[in-house]
Amino acid sequence: MSTITPPLPTPAAAPTATIGAYARRWADNVRGGELGSLPIILGLLVICVVFQVQNDRFLTAGNFVNLMVQGAPFALVAMGIVFVLLLGEIDLSVGYVSGVGGVITALLLLPDGSTPPTALVILAVLGSGLIIGTLHGLIITKIGIPSFVVTLAGLLAWNGVVLLLIGSRGTIVLQDDLIIGFANDFVPEGAAWVLMLLAVGAYAAVQLWGLRTRAAAGLENDPLLIVGLRVLGLFLALAFVVWIVNEDRGLPYVAVLVGLLLVFWTYILRRTVFGRHVYAVGGNAEAARRAGIDVDRIKIICFAICSLMAVVGGIVLASRLRSVDTNAGGGAILLYSIAAAVIGGTSLFGGRGHIKSALLGALVIASIDNGLGLLGLSSGTKFVVTGLVLLLAVAVDSISRRGREQSGRA
Amino acid sequence: MTATTDGGGLREQPAGAVALLELKGVSKRFGAVQALHEVDFDVRAGEVTALVGDNGAGKSVTIKCIAGIYPIDDGEVLWEGRPVTISGPKDASALGIEIVYQDLALADNLDVVQNMYLGREETTRLRALDETKMERRCSKTLASLSVTTIRSVRQTVAGLSGGQRQSIAVAKAVMWNSRLVILDEPTAALGVAQTRQVLDLVKRLAEQGLAVMLVSHNLHDIFEVADRITVLRLGQDVARFNTKQTTQREVVEAITAGTLSTVPGQEEAPVL
Repeated sequence: MSTITPPLPTPAAAPTATIGAYARRWADNVRGGELGSLPIILGLLVICVVFQVQNDRFLTAGNFVNLMVQGAPFALVAMGIVFVLLLGEIDLSVGYVSGVGGVITALLLLPDGSTPPTALVILAVLGSGLIIGTLHGLIITKIGIPSFVVTLAGLLAWNGVVLLLIGSRGTIVLQDDLIIGFANDFVPEGAAWVLMLLAVGAYAAVQLWGLRTRAAAGLENDPLLIVGLRVLGLFLALAFVVWIVNEDRGLPYVAVLVGLLLVFWTYILRRTVFGRHVYAVGGNAEAARRAGIDVDRIKIICFAICSLMAVVGGIVLASRLRSVDTNAGGGAILLYSIAAAVIGGTSLFGGRGHIKSALLGALVIASIDNGLGLLGLSSGTKFVVTGLVLLLAVAVDSISRRGREQSGRA
Repeated sequence: MTATTDGGGLREQPAGAVALLELKGVSKRFGAVQALHEVDFDVRAGEVTALVGDNGAGKSVTIKCIAGIYPIDDGEVLWEGRPVTISGPKDASALGIEIVYQDLALADNLDVVQNMYLGREETTRLRALDETKMERRCSKTLASLSVTTIRSVRQTVAGLSGGQRQSIAVAKAVMWNSRLVILDEPTAALGVAQTRQVLDLVKRLAEQGLAVMLVSHNLHDIFEVADRITVLRLGQDVARFNTKQTTQREVVEAITAGTLSTVPGQEEAPVL
């Protein structure tokens, strides 16, 4: 700015957008193809109504807890998928990488007299996830093979590793209380309420602090009413969740884990330089390169995060099933996780998406899976319905993308 | 005031300050192709200097040599009269050279502030992005360049018109203590009103004391904003003009039939 120092009109003291202006901007965004979480929330409502009409056990406290535990592994793996999708890449290996994570956990915790402490085991498994992802990233960026191919090879190879690790054992039963507790133990009722209040309080504090700094800098703020509604909305949603799960077994620990990781990765993506660069690389890799961003480094880190979250999902899945077998990481986990990220609103074309889409998408997937199960339908029907929902989500993505392009060159 | 460092002295130059950037006898070969042959070219602060030429004349290669993307084979690059070696985009921006390429290099999914700060984000002590600081400075920079058509600096670049996008790209270039801004075909894809916007912006940059190098096909635009014109033909600088003392016709003649000191591919004798 040394060369350009014009007399600046000082901005009028802390302008606040009117509610009308805020609503208009939101409507403009939706029309311009920035749909946000709108389609998914509508979709969830439709799913709930349909299944509740078909089977009144769907919206019960017990089933709600089941849904959380069933959806958690998909949500966790999908969080990692969001990072690679934001780059416009894909990782097809997450299923068996999660399997590798589960199997290593079970093997290290075998009660054979030399079992290391559980915390150490978890660290080792997380480390192996990072190594696997870094390896994928290095091959993709340094050799220049498309991620689709590298991770397809990974899908096969890591499946093989799962089989090799398990060997002739067939099934390994988990006996570690901590690991099993993730998906099978519940937060005490009072503690769940405290956690919930802490979360809402922290959110409100962050919002208010943002309002203050922006006002101090003379920048336009969102209307106070909207901010208040956001905080109130979070309060009501979390209070509802805690109330309903406490009617049954309580809040599963895995839900707390999902919540913490949701906040953590959201912070990384939205509030750090690294996160900003992830979006930039996904939006326009050439622009990112010219801006001096090390594109390869960003990609490698994203693939590492993806595999890391895959092994986290693998541990949770093993915890839910209380065992691992030769099928670990197989079945629906890969496709459900990718579908969860996409259904949640993360674009397959790169550059658009949020961590929360992993959670929302996993909720949809788990609801469909769970609801169709309650109706006694076969897994054939489940797959067909899930496939159609995925197709619908991608169609929404493509159509809204067209909307963006049309409004883009106004 | 040193004597003018004008290499060839093809035409008279407005005497005065040392050129901010000067190329002296710069040559660049790609295998058998002589892309640039002893090109002399200079840019002064507070002036708009146009580089024109037909397709394949060497305009892009010249930009890339200045940017440090291509190393030069021969000749000298002087910055404020001192010889410098620019061996990469980082060197160029360290000197204060910013280039706005034709494709603008904006990420559509990011908003105006995010694009302008891309790769140079401000952070708070806790290593989080300092959004308020960045947003404020962007608004200031845009206001200083009288870019007033953008409704909100928080809208994504995808929603902006071509002229607005060009303005953002230029504003991004000048925000970083830059002293020389190179614009590659800034009006090529724009309509009449948007071209107007961008040309006004180019004039303002020069008025604020920056050196502006404008690379363009469009003589109409060049005659409107440029102070001086250098013509490239087949990798050689064949003519220099003061915009006020020439006509479009003269420039077109230089572009299509300017006298070459050597004929590329001499082995094939020019057919008469």
